[in-house]
Amino acid sequence: MKREIPILITLIFGVFMIIQFFIPHPSINRIAGTLQEWAIVVISFSYVLGSANILRINGEIVYRRGPDWPYKLALVLAFLLMVSTGLFGGIQEGSFANDKLFKHIYVPMASTMYASLAFFIASAAFRAFRIRTWQAAVLAISAVLVMLGRIPIAQDIWSELPDVVEWIMNVPNAVAQRGILIGAALGAIATGLKVILGIERSYLGNE
Amino acid sequence: MELFWTSIAGILTLSVLSFLYADNPFYKAAEHIFIGIAAGYVFCAQFHNVFIPNLWTPLTQHGELIMLIPFALGSALFTRFFKGIGWISRWPMSVIIGTYAGLAVIGFASGDLVLQVQASLIPVFVPATIDAFTTNMTFVNFLNIFTNLLFTVGLITVLFYFFFSLEHKGGLKHVALAGTTLLMIGFGAGYGYTVMTRIALLFDRFYFLFVEWLKIA
Repeated sequence: MKREIPILITLIFGVFMIIQFFIPHPSINRIAGTLQEWAIVVISFSYVLGSANILRINGEIVYRRGPDWPYKLALVLAFLLMVSTGLFGGIQEGSFANDKLFKHIYVPMASTMYASLAFFIASAAFRAFRIRTWQAAVLAISAVLVMLGRIPIAQDIWSELPDVVEWIMNVPNAVAQRGILIGAALGAIATGLKVILGIERSYLGNE
Repeated sequence: MELFWTSIAGILTLSVLSFLYADNPFYKAAEHIFIGIAAGYVFCAQFHNVFIPNLWTPLTQHGELIMLIPFALGSALFTRFFKGIGWISRWPMSVIIGTYAGLAVIGFASGDLVLQVQASLIPVFVPATIDAFTTNMTFVNFLNIFTNLLFTVGLITVLFYFFFSLEHKGGLKHVALAGTTLLMIGFGAGYGYTVMTRIALLFDRFYFLFVEWLKIA
């Protein structure tokens, strides 16, 4: 009951997702479509679960006046403000939740966090990266060329530099990415089949 | 009023940037507000885009009682909060895992594996590239001669590097080495590209701070 039913559910949902591709019969498509719709609804509940968990954990800290509780209070208030305005006023263009909270709070902070990562990856590379082998040299040269080729003075350094960088991005880089992608695809297919057939059961936990 | 919200965005931007100096209360506050707003937005997006059209409307307006099954399965996720019946949450988890696993098998096989292999089944040399080089002797035209060779033979060397059923020694060592070299070029290009993307984003933030908010530039 605790392990067999989940494995059976995984098998049924997984198999129907696969056979709808190989047997595109209307009846199969209908069943697979219904199962997929159910899965979408269940996934949306998982988001609610995640939000409830955030509220529960941070709310408890605020209630107990635990460490950093003023920050947790800010988190809870921000969450409640977004949910209360978003649920009743919607999140479409023109709504308070979208135009004020999302565009003036979420977007600036998200892009600043991504932007500040430039400093962290540069300093991490500076501290950890040492050119000890020729492969490391190849990596460094490739990185420097790509960075140089994407600044306005690239043309002045060497008229062909932007085109060479474009070639590096479109050819050797694409070859490497393609190799990784093929490997990842094979891995994902194998893992997917193992999960569907009940060989891989780690998602069920230990109990 | 617009200035008020622009100022909020400006202050939060500065608060996030302040982490470059050291961890501080401004950054911590901004970080927590960010998580709260992001979680709230995802919650609302799921409510309006999934819960209402996929569950509530079919159930209440179209009388599709079968939708009570996903509703019950979704609600079962919350049994995680209760010790004795927490195992029931495995059922909806299995729905999610099974669906994703099935879609991943087909998606990766048809979308990635087959298409990527197919795109590499091309002639090793294209005579037109040699003609282009002889008429216009640029370095890029010279490199273009090897484009298809890299996409075919180069890809095999990259894949061979990840193939561990054969020991990489003798001649095979050089094949794996060629694969590693291509991988290193790829990693370097990826690193450089990531840094430049982040720098572009940083300029955008500075533009917002100095031009749109403070209007001093």
